[in-house]
Amino acid sequence: MSTTDAAPPSSFQVDRAAMRHLADAQVNVELDTGDMILNLGPQHPATHGTLRLVVRLDGERVISADPVIGYMHRGYEKLTEFRTYPQITTLINRIDWLSSFANEVPFMTAAEQLMGIEAPPRATYIRTVLTELSRIATFLLFLGEMGLQVGALTPAFYGFRDREYVLNLIEAATGGRFHPNFNRIGGLKDDLPWGWIAECRSTMKIVLDACDDFEDLVLGNEIFRARTRGIGIIPAATGAPYGVSGSNLRASGVDWDLRRDARPYLAYPDLDFQVWTHPDGDSYSRYWVRLQETRESARIVLQCLDGIPAGPIMAKVPRIIKVPAGETWVETENPLGQMGYYVISKGATGPFRVKIRSASFSNVSILPWLLRGVYVPDVITILASLYFILGDIDR
Amino acid sequence: MTAIPTLALSIGWGTTLAIKTLIILAIIPLGALILGYVFLLKMMSHMQSRLGPMDPGGFHGWYQLVGDGLKFLQKEDIMPAQSDRRVFAAAPAVVVLSTFLVFLVIPVGPDLVDKSLNVGVFYALAVSSLSVIGVLMAGWASANKYALLGALRAAAQLIAYELPLLLAVVGVVIQAGTLSLQGIVLSQQHGAIFGFGGLGQPFILTQFFGFALFLVAAQAELTQTPFDMPVAESELVAGYMVEYTGFRFLFFFIGEFGTAFGFAAIAATLFLGGWALPGVHGTWADILGPGVLFIKLMAVAFLMFWVRFTYPRLREDQLQALAWKVLIPLGLANILLTGVFKVAF
Repeated sequence: MSTTDAAPPSSFQVDRAAMRHLADAQVNVELDTGDMILNLGPQHPATHGTLRLVVRLDGERVISADPVIGYMHRGYEKLTEFRTYPQITTLINRIDWLSSFANEVPFMTAAEQLMGIEAPPRATYIRTVLTELSRIATFLLFLGEMGLQVGALTPAFYGFRDREYVLNLIEAATGGRFHPNFNRIGGLKDDLPWGWIAECRSTMKIVLDACDDFEDLVLGNEIFRARTRGIGIIPAATGAPYGVSGSNLRASGVDWDLRRDARPYLAYPDLDFQVWTHPDGDSYSRYWVRLQETRESARIVLQCLDGIPAGPIMAKVPRIIKVPAGETWVETENPLGQMGYYVISKGATGPFRVKIRSASFSNVSILPWLLRGVYVPDVITILASLYFILGDIDR
Repeated sequence: MTAIPTLALSIGWGTTLAIKTLIILAIIPLGALILGYVFLLKMMSHMQSRLGPMDPGGFHGWYQLVGDGLKFLQKEDIMPAQSDRRVFAAAPAVVVLSTFLVFLVIPVGPDLVDKSLNVGVFYALAVSSLSVIGVLMAGWASANKYALLGALRAAAQLIAYELPLLLAVVGVVIQAGTLSLQGIVLSQQHGAIFGFGGLGQPFILTQFFGFALFLVAAQAELTQTPFDMPVAESELVAGYMVEYTGFRFLFFFIGEFGTAFGFAAIAATLFLGGWALPGVHGTWADILGPGVLFIKLMAVAFLMFWVRFTYPRLREDQLQALAWKVLIPLGLANILLTGVFKVAF
């Protein structure tokens, strides 16, 4: 593998020319040419769906950018109040649709905590494997699509192609490519099919090879570096108050991964894995961190497959699930960042109130700060490198 | 000298002109389709593991291009309500016209050239930049902010890259001692490679630097990746073409690929010896010339499209910096060196 083991030292200077230019444009009345307001979205190829950015431009320089969200609001928090616990899985599947399985985990964990049951170890391990697989699927798409957003068409196809292998695995195990709906309170619907583990091992080799390809094709490209180095720098001290989380924050040098740092969930306490950080906080480092995390996820999957215990896949659960009264907060490290569910139960078959904390919502909230003073092409680079899913913003 | 001009003289000046014009009019869409088929559909599909374009019609997806063409013809011709209708309609024609004018001077055989101008290179590069006007017209008349941004980017870019393109060619012109494309081809037939005279002396050997510069600048002139800022799909959707549909869009498409065909032909003529094949002279050169030029041209086009499908795109300021700070000084240095060698040897 051609990866470097440690994050490279910060190697560029912050270019303040952008800010100076802005100041000049405002002071110099003679050159005042008036601003243009450009509506980026809600239908625009770079916004992954229906994010709308109202951008004020001076030439091609962004003066201010306002994200307008809500075009896809589906009211999941309210809907959960009218569903039973098993029914809710179907809804929360669709929040971050690229990594549906990872979405189910925190809610299931919350319900299990309230009921005081625990999934058997085999189910926990299978959940961990599937969570990491959905992380790999999401990141492979990112690794390709980031190339597309900075203008290289080819990596996008490689990303989709290699993700397909992972989705096939998820489909083989759960029956659903995108929306597995495989978790049950207290365990899983089924055990893994025969031969799946061997298949998964060989697919992880494909994933690791794909990561090497992306490192050569995208990360090593001069133009890609020129387009992403020093673009969209999020300092750790700014990112954290905005609620930026996940790989985006780790790319700013914050060593914070809920798989390791949160209340233990799934099989992560038993596993040995590294949390990748990068000191720079620019678009390049966000790509770099996600690339390393894809590899790390593949290694985690291989570890899980080696250590997967035998046994039942369902705990003893009553036929009609009634969750005792109580409140709980469960947060997990999802591919897009920190995802949390605050569940309040009043002892009925469904929750009284569910608050969903989704990562993308907080990640895009930094956009107005981040996009000031960059060029239009950089807007796209930054949007791509933050990597949000509209379903995860609008819920 | 050969039968062909004799035939042309016997059927009269007006008819010859009409035939030549028709041939060139046919070459542009034909060249565009060939490039579109070979590179955009086949080569790209192989490089990107695409399944779609390899499937329709059975063998190697031959039907894909026909299907794409038919689709364009069926599309509704939409004209934005706010648009400047006449300019909007004329813009694609201007782009194709500039492509057409380039083809007038490219020689495909010792006697096969439409207009053998003694300033052929100069003329070809001058008319090729006419397409900027069409692009600006399209961007302005579309009454669309994305189109306007794309058109302005295109104008800035095409003007900036016109210069390195010319400078890259000047080396060849100095070495050949003529501006005529036919003269440049002929001058490449004499000379020796390390004492071996059988192959003549294609200018790519002595002007390799100029060849590289020419390809980079041509890539920018054609607004192909890594210089495709004006049409940047992920940012400006399709830049100046964003409001065009159906047949008018097809015109832009033909203009784009036809110009790529033209630039590849110019590069093959200037640096690879054009229609000339070692050991072939006279009538045979006239007969084989177009085929030889076509093969050389496809080799150049392969390089262009290979880069196009591999690289990301530069930002507008980086693109300008590359033109003014790197390519133009290199082009001037190339001219200087060529001049020194020309005088010294």
